[in-house]
Amino acid sequence: MLRDIRRWGPPVLLISPSLVLVGVFVYGLIAVNTYTSMTDMHTAAQTTGRAPVQFVGLANYWELLGSDSFQHSLKNLGLYTVVFLGGALLFGFMWAWLLDRPVRYEGVFRSIYLFPMAVSFIASGVVWRWLLNANTGDNATGLNRLFQMVGLSFLQNGWWNNVNVGITAIAIPAIWQLSGYIMALFLAGFRGIPEELREAARVDGASEFQLYRMVVFPQLTPILLSAVIVIGHMSLKVFDLIMSISKPANYQTKVPAIDMFLFKSQYDYANSAAVGAILLVIVAVLIVPYLVHVAREGRR
Amino acid sequence: MYTSRKYAGVIAGVLAAGLALTACSGDDGSSSTESPTGTTSDSMDGATEVEVFTWWTSGGEKAGLDGLVSVLAEKYPDVEFINGAVAGGAGSAAKDLLQSRLQANDPPDTFQAHAGAELDDYIAAGQVEDISDLYTEFGLTDAFPADLLDLLTVDGAIYSVPANIHRANVVWANPTVLDAAGLDPAATYASMDDWFAALDAVEASGQTALSVATTWTQVHLLETVLISDLGADAYVGLWDGTTDWTGSDVTGALEDFETLMGYTNTDRDGLDWPDALQMVVDGTAGFNVMGDWAAGELDAQSLTEGTDYVYFPVPGTAGVFDFLADSFTMPVGAPHPEGAKAWLDVVGSLEGQTDFNVAKGSIPARTDADESLFTAYQQSAIADFASDTIVPSLMHGAAAPIAQLNAISDATSKFTTGGSDLATFQTELAAAAG
Repeated sequence: MLRDIRRWGPPVLLISPSLVLVGVFVYGLIAVNTYTSMTDMHTAAQTTGRAPVQFVGLANYWELLGSDSFQHSLKNLGLYTVVFLGGALLFGFMWAWLLDRPVRYEGVFRSIYLFPMAVSFIASGVVWRWLLNANTGDNATGLNRLFQMVGLSFLQNGWWNNVNVGITAIAIPAIWQLSGYIMALFLAGFRGIPEELREAARVDGASEFQLYRMVVFPQLTPILLSAVIVIGHMSLKVFDLIMSISKPANYQTKVPAIDMFLFKSQYDYANSAAVGAILLVIVAVLIVPYLVHVAREGRR
Repeated sequence: MYTSRKYAGVIAGVLAAGLALTACSGDDGSSSTESPTGTTSDSMDGATEVEVFTWWTSGGEKAGLDGLVSVLAEKYPDVEFINGAVAGGAGSAAKDLLQSRLQANDPPDTFQAHAGAELDDYIAAGQVEDISDLYTEFGLTDAFPADLLDLLTVDGAIYSVPANIHRANVVWANPTVLDAAGLDPAATYASMDDWFAALDAVEASGQTALSVATTWTQVHLLETVLISDLGADAYVGLWDGTTDWTGSDVTGALEDFETLMGYTNTDRDGLDWPDALQMVVDGTAGFNVMGDWAAGELDAQSLTEGTDYVYFPVPGTAGVFDFLADSFTMPVGAPHPEGAKAWLDVVGSLEGQTDFNVAKGSIPARTDADESLFTAYQQSAIADFASDTIVPSLMHGAAAPIAQLNAISDATSKFTTGGSDLATFQTELAAAAG
């Protein structure tokens, strides 16, 4: 008995502060948030307890999910995630592949590709807002002007101002910023593959293409998975980039995180909490299978 | 020996974590206990302080605030001014911070809010005091016009002291651009249809006819179109429920709004109001609809009325003054109520209103100010305010509570970006009215 305490006591004591903190500030607040989302706390008076608050179950969720504007936000989020994820993986992988071969000044290129990641979304958003100016023709500035100068005028467009696909323009700066990070991940993956494997494949007469296709790529799957998780969850949380390029009230670039912010600012805490819970579920759908997968790997 | 050393490490770790925790809670504790005890320091020997929460951090607004502070220093030398101004997002950053401070029972001594329905949320939440008594004490009841007092009164009580008056329904135009389009720069337009002809002419001359910026300026434009097409009475009826949002006259106004949006710049959603106004200044746009804080911006660029810019009421709204006002409140549980009282006295006083408005470019809410101290635009606005029908502004918090305004902004943005047709737009506006 005493020996058990001696064995378990110190470690439990050591992690208990963080257990308590995480319990209160993460899981406790998730519980409070979930409860708030199931009440009718839609007005200022209710938030200060001057008007009664009723438990309404899942009514807020049904109303949100049934409303046109929230469906529009979810659709935007989906579109943004697909483009951001696809773009960042494509560019990141391409650059890593190019740098994997012996290149002169590899360090310089690596730094150049990685640099954008050092800039915050807010700061780069301010510049991209100017680059993605919607004016065309005589008044064009930014990228549209660039298109004119290089004779590609037909490419001019309204960027993020298109109500259906405008959100994908916001993915452009995101791709620009995160591709370098994906490149670093893949490059580490490439470098982690022992040279002997490549030599063995070459001895067996594999062409360079076959070498990548059959030997290198299969070993990069875990890297790909991490990249998808990292970019995916960043993409689902997108808020700052949209706030600095567009404006929260602009319908064409609305995503759930923006809705959550707007609901909160008009004292509609119930709907704000409900949007938060929906976002949490969406992220969980992405992350939980990954965690399960990792846990299984660890046990093996 | 070995084990005790191991334990020593564990205990040290736990202690450190515990210390960190108490350090955090100590912070919280001090700020929450400050509010109740703060009051006792008041009125000891008259010396106190006042934390004034605004979003006036630059330009004419900052200069206006400084004007109020200097009057405060004269009238109440014992009251120390503490600037609680928060910059960013045309007040939205400040409102966000204010919301959390009020929620945490840590209010400033007084905060800036638009007079009118925007205060409804604070009143319903029990976060601002009824200050009707101060109106009597400071003699403000006769100093402000009756129309304004009616709009400020909620269920027989008044919750704020207005510092200034702004007019929202003003068109700013560039005479050079109008000349080039073959228009008379001195012309005013009696109706939207007359104006469309002028807008066509500017568009034909190769410039943007009407510059507009992001969603809120589009709502601002919508509000002036509603006043123009419905008239003052029916427009006010939109907010008290006597005008039907689904009616055919509203449809007509929305059609005009759609036509107007057709004349505007394509990059509007990425701009804010100074950018849209600058298009008129730079001569790349003919007209811009903006509140008269634009006058302050134009003055700051040393432009001359008549040659560099002209202004007139939004077509069809001559004789109507679409008003908004910045006002100051007394929050419930303000740590220094005496300081807040002194501030409200200064804000309502003739000296305070004069100093503030000369610098900010707005006009005094009081009717007894000396007009000769003000610019030509301000003098015309003072004259109009005295004679026109006063209606509350939607976009600037006078007409509708925040939730309805947000719903209207949503619907407007959806409509102007092509996400809905006019019928849907009107249905959504009607739904926003609840």
